[in-house]
Amino acid sequence: MTEHRTPLARVRGLGSAKSGTTHFWHQRLTSVAGVPLTIAFVLIVVALLGRNHAAAQQILASPLVAIVMLLFIGSTTYHMCIGMQVIIEDYVHDEIPKLTLIMLNIFFSVAVALASAYAIFKLSFGV
Amino acid sequence: MAGSKAPTRPLSPHMQIYRWPLPMAMSILHRITGGGLYVGTLVMAWWLIATASGPNAYATFGAFINSWFGQLILFGYTWALLHHMLGGIRHLIWDAGYGFSQSEREWLSLATVVGSIGLTVLLWVIGYLSMGGSQ
Repeated sequence: MTEHRTPLARVRGLGSAKSGTTHFWHQRLTSVAGVPLTIAFVLIVVALLGRNHAAAQQILASPLVAIVMLLFIGSTTYHMCIGMQVIIEDYVHDEIPKLTLIMLNIFFSVAVALASAYAIFKLSFGV
Repeated sequence: MAGSKAPTRPLSPHMQIYRWPLPMAMSILHRITGGGLYVGTLVMAWWLIATASGPNAYATFGAFINSWFGQLILFGYTWALLHHMLGGIRHLIWDAGYGFSQSEREWLSLATVVGSIGLTVLLWVIGYLSMGGSQ
């Protein structure tokens, strides 16, 4: 088989990042999902405006609303996580600060996702 | 290279003195609104956790979101969300390979900003009317 790598690439021993266009594709996937989910989210918020606690609890715990909210939370927090990573990679070039910010970004996104989803589950199952 | 002089040919204008074309402004606004929404998820998480926690936490959140500062945050969040959504649709149209001509780029960019402001105002009018003008 022919060697396709340049001599310089072979000497450096650095290959591709192994993930290719995964983030690019996932960003598009979650943006397409995000359009109907965002519209649904806005409608849910409008429906909840000015409600007392019991009413808000009841609406958020109804299956359709809870499922739509979970889909919105999942899709959006993943979308914002890989979106913020692009911003960090664009502006932060030193290795240690960049890796630190990328880690903090993932921690933040996962924490927001889990906390929001936990609240929906608690409202739905009332534990 | 001793004595090399600065080039006398015209230099390309830098951002501060460049008249921003609308698509360029929309491009950076897409990133800025995305960053704003990132922080804004904290408000959403607070709202959901407060509702799940009970009447007291819900009342605390309500006091915040109904204050002038809370309303300002919510208004900004509404606009950022709608702007980012419309801008995202514009990017998907471009991803599909359409809308690249001069007039289409301008039209799509104008539709993004006019649409996001229009929809935000419309939503807030509906919001206030649905609450019967109270608050």
